[in-house]
Amino acid sequence: MLDCGLDMTSTLNFLPLPLVQSPRLSKLPGLVLKDGSTFLDKELKECSGHVFVDSVPEFCLPETELLDLSTVDVILISNYHCMMALPYITEYTGFTGTVYATEPTVQIGRLLMEELVNSIERVPKAQSASMWKNKEVQRLLPAPLKDAVEVSMWRKCYTMPEVNAALSKIQLVGYSQKIELFGAVQVTPLSSGYALGSSNWIIQSHYEKVSYVSGSSLLTTHPQPMDQASLKNSDVLILTGLTQIPTANPDGMVGEFCSNLAMTVRNGGNVLVPCYPSGVIYDLLECLYQYIDSAGLSNVPFYFISPVANSSLEFSQIFAEWLCHNKQTKVYLPEPPFPHAELIQTNKLKHYPSIHGDFSNDFKQPCVIFTGHPSLRFGDVVHFMELWGKSSLNTVIFTEPDFSYLDALAPYQPLAMKCVYCPIDTRLNFIQVSKLLKEVQPLHVVCPEQYTQPPPSQSHRTDLMIDCQPPPMSYRRAEVLTLPYKRRYEKIEIMPELADSLVPLEIKPGISLATVSAMLHTKDNKHVLQLPPKPPQPPTSKKRKRVSDDVPECKPLKPLLSGSIPVDQFVQTLEKHGFSDVKVEDTAKGHIVLLQEAETLIQIEEDSTHIICDNDEPLRVKLRDLVLKFLQKF
Amino acid sequence: MPEIKVTPLGAGQDVGRSCILVSIAGKNVMLDCGMHMGYNDDRRFPDFSYITQNGRLTDFLDCVIISHFHLDHCGALPYFSEMVGYDGPIYMTHPTKAICPILLEDYRKITVDKKGETNFFTSQMIKDCMKKVVAVHLHQTVQVDEELEIKAYYAGHVLGAAMFQIKVGCESVVYTGDYNMTPDRHLGAAWIDKCRPDLLITESTYATTIRDSKRCRERDFLKKVHETVERGGKVLIPVFALGRAQELCILLETFWERMNLKAPIYFSTGLTEKANHYYKLFITWTNQKIRKTFVQRNMFEFKHIKAFDRAFADNPGPMVVFATPGMLHAGQSLQIFRKWAGNEKNMVIMPGYCVQGTVGHKILSGQRKLEMEGRQILEVKMQVEYMSFSAHADAKGIMQLIRQAEPRNVLLVHGEAKKMEFLKQKIEQEFHVNCYMPANGETTTIFTNPSIPVDISLGLLKRETAIDAKKPKLMHGTLIMKDNSFRLVSPEQALKELGLAEHQLRFTCRVHIQDPRKEHETVLRVYNHLKGVLKDYSVQHLPDGSITVESILIQATAHLEDQGTKVLLVSWTYQDEELGSYLTSLLKKGLPQSTS
Repeated sequence: MLDCGLDMTSTLNFLPLPLVQSPRLSKLPGLVLKDGSTFLDKELKECSGHVFVDSVPEFCLPETELLDLSTVDVILISNYHCMMALPYITEYTGFTGTVYATEPTVQIGRLLMEELVNSIERVPKAQSASMWKNKEVQRLLPAPLKDAVEVSMWRKCYTMPEVNAALSKIQLVGYSQKIELFGAVQVTPLSSGYALGSSNWIIQSHYEKVSYVSGSSLLTTHPQPMDQASLKNSDVLILTGLTQIPTANPDGMVGEFCSNLAMTVRNGGNVLVPCYPSGVIYDLLECLYQYIDSAGLSNVPFYFISPVANSSLEFSQIFAEWLCHNKQTKVYLPEPPFPHAELIQTNKLKHYPSIHGDFSNDFKQPCVIFTGHPSLRFGDVVHFMELWGKSSLNTVIFTEPDFSYLDALAPYQPLAMKCVYCPIDTRLNFIQVSKLLKEVQPLHVVCPEQYTQPPPSQSHRTDLMIDCQPPPMSYRRAEVLTLPYKRRYEKIEIMPELADSLVPLEIKPGISLATVSAMLHTKDNKHVLQLPPKPPQPPTSKKRKRVSDDVPECKPLKPLLSGSIPVDQFVQTLEKHGFSDVKVEDTAKGHIVLLQEAETLIQIEEDSTHIICDNDEPLRVKLRDLVLKFLQKF
Repeated sequence: MPEIKVTPLGAGQDVGRSCILVSIAGKNVMLDCGMHMGYNDDRRFPDFSYITQNGRLTDFLDCVIISHFHLDHCGALPYFSEMVGYDGPIYMTHPTKAICPILLEDYRKITVDKKGETNFFTSQMIKDCMKKVVAVHLHQTVQVDEELEIKAYYAGHVLGAAMFQIKVGCESVVYTGDYNMTPDRHLGAAWIDKCRPDLLITESTYATTIRDSKRCRERDFLKKVHETVERGGKVLIPVFALGRAQELCILLETFWERMNLKAPIYFSTGLTEKANHYYKLFITWTNQKIRKTFVQRNMFEFKHIKAFDRAFADNPGPMVVFATPGMLHAGQSLQIFRKWAGNEKNMVIMPGYCVQGTVGHKILSGQRKLEMEGRQILEVKMQVEYMSFSAHADAKGIMQLIRQAEPRNVLLVHGEAKKMEFLKQKIEQEFHVNCYMPANGETTTIFTNPSIPVDISLGLLKRETAIDAKKPKLMHGTLIMKDNSFRLVSPEQALKELGLAEHQLRFTCRVHIQDPRKEHETVLRVYNHLKGVLKDYSVQHLPDGSITVESILIQATAHLEDQGTKVLLVSWTYQDEELGSYLTSLLKKGLPQSTS
């Protein structure tokens, strides 16, 4: 199984979880259906024309009905965002296999999960809505709830014990490490350039190579650059995790981010940056590190609030081996690879586990706050949206591309605060994809259906789709795709003793043949040929054996024959071996050689020889061996 | 027959200037490039002229691998690459790459600046040398070229220490460097998978020692330090800046904290803080416990241990000083030793191995009057203690590693000849593998017997494994050898591919049977007889009156002259030779009387 992501956009249908009682949210009116019935007014609330579920947010899981997950042997994780559904899979589906991921992926994945669990568990919600999920009821609801898919499969967040259990099933791997799976295939993670420890995977046997390219970046940010060379010679390249915002240039967005931030702060407003606790935030902090002095922002406090803020900042400094070259060389000095260490040292950046405790004492405005969650449905960000939403001096800047910012803001409407959308998605865009595919030349490309047509909102932009030859094969949810590849060979090892015993024969110039009769041993999907055991010595006892004892044990293996028999030479050979009464008759297809005294007849044709004789075994064997001398064995 | 050749240029029946040449399947690899601490002349570096007399080293060596940053494993590297001249790749792990140049620079300073030697490598040479280094990750398979690949495994010993697997095709060698099989206070234990190399080259520093538990040694160490400090004495612990020093610092730090002790602990040399910083940034290379807790509490930030100043050595009262280098052969540790040696209240604790010729080695072997520079005699009255904290595997650990890797041959380096001899016997007895211990310049040749990988057609393989894949079975195929490719296919396919027709060889034998009955009755008797005898074969009676046994056809006709005799025509192809031949001899014996 490739990756194990969680669809969190489902949470956008829920009301935010406020850290402190929010009078605004608790006063929202219940939903009244078109026919006037109000039986759902406890579960569903209306806010500025949108309907929200008033319940603990739920997530949409990967498809689990299509196959029996207990038959999955291995899960390969490409980056920390693509493992968020892992606890659901490892703890509740009978999955007993192994998960492979790099060390940074696991460590940062754990931080993301920890933050998620923490921000949901610290706001216990008494109510758990389920009535609206009834198919009959859902049909009556306004969009988008009406059209939400698989709502019955939506699940509440997992718990920390489940996270720990899931992560304990992960086997740590390093880039370019070759991992043997059951002797049948080898998998290898390669740097994908998108995030700390993010990987593409090569899945190969001796004869085929499948590349799984998921969430890759060709831009130079903090991670190790993408390894493209190793993707060459793929039979199949599975391509997914492209940029969600193909029209936005990440560099431009970072510039816009900085200038909006500076402008707001200069005007005395606060800036709120909803973000994940790892990833782009490192790059943003690095930009700000270079920017704040020149922009005159040296005295503005930057706060990073997350239960895992400290861990995330610390972890980023110890994965030098997974970083880009520049950052790696810093460690050799030795200096911390990221400049946020200096921001913390100089007190420009402060981090807190939550808004409670120390933060409330230190809190000064105007300020810049980085906090989660980017969906604006839970986490400390909810508090600041409520706190700052009413003033047009403040700005919320969206940098994470995973959620539509308009949907994210919907339950906070009407809003006076400025909203700026600067999505920073460093993953491959379509131009880079074309370049990449030209470079690595896979035989077949497989990708999600969405990438084979322009985005629905911009149907004229034919440049916003994958363009390659042969055209990509596309798949969609719950569809089975057969790859156009048939294997014809398998590796087998010939033991040296057996190899020594083989007698090669040059059949044509440059081509030699050897017949092999050997014992085939198969273990762990590895095949080995050994010398056949010596035939057991015939028992020396004189006791007469029963006839059935002589029945040949295993089916004898005789080679195939090829060639033809030159009659004249054959007759000469016969005469040399003491047959004096040889007579040859011509027939339509060949010859008949007669041994008159022995009442034996040998029909010789181009592709066959037939020896017809009396039951005289020594004679037959003699004739057989003479015939074989003229033929090649296979 | 393919062979692997191994020649130690250093560390053959010796400890110091580790440097081992390996030739495997046409590739030449140099393992480590160390200096010898016991010598100050030519013998301090390996003799690289052995590799090639007139050619360039780069043409001869495919790569150089450095196992860890200790100078007896990397000290000759700038000399080798910049002064002798080598431009090929040098592989080491990231922490080794980070720390190695610092130790080299330190070494250069002591040799050139303090001892005034000339004709030594320069700072620039160290920098140029490091530019040739390629850093590797643990378990990453590094493709040196098309055929040669190397892979690093965790070795414990010091930060960034690695064992390396060198592999060409299906032949492989594992070189351990220095390793430690028991986790200590800051590093984890060495680990390798069951990679079954043709040859394991292992260090054997502690070939004959089986150490008691770590805990006992730690308790002993703390007791001795504590007692000395209590009676007002000074404790000198000569260490190398990185490695054991950190482990002992962690140990003393926690002890001081617990016992609430006040005596000062110092760490000499400016390296300390920098060294600790490396440990912090490369925390992923330390042990599980440190890695888990580093966010809350960094083990390498010490409260009780402070930087040492030269003047402190003359301060009255107790103190503990960690000073470099570890074998008392030069530098600050030797200076302090000379100052304190005369007082019996003081103590020197040697926490690691000392190379022959060093002051450390001399005092450990009981010498109490040392001749110093300028003929000066130094009388050692202070107590001398040895505690094995050096992170080498002991005999038990070496055996454990052999068990893990399952090598076909073992070769010992980095140890003393006598001790190696003992271990060699033990290895040969327990594992029934050959064990070698070449001296420097002596070549060991190991014959490998690799199996040959071949492509087998899936059709043929499936045919053979269709019934019971687990059971070994006899199979028959044709090996086609063409342009260095080997393919094993079914004989039919081989014929087809070569455009050859099959030549069918068929036999028909006349067997005379005395049976007065009608032909079809005779056939029935034959059928019942064969069915009774050939229980595992498919025997069929066909509507046209013939019998088949597998693909062998039997027909009966009456004898032209003798009605009481029937002629059975048994017909088979060459491929059924055995069965056909067996059938004719069976039928010749006649039919049993009682088959009715």
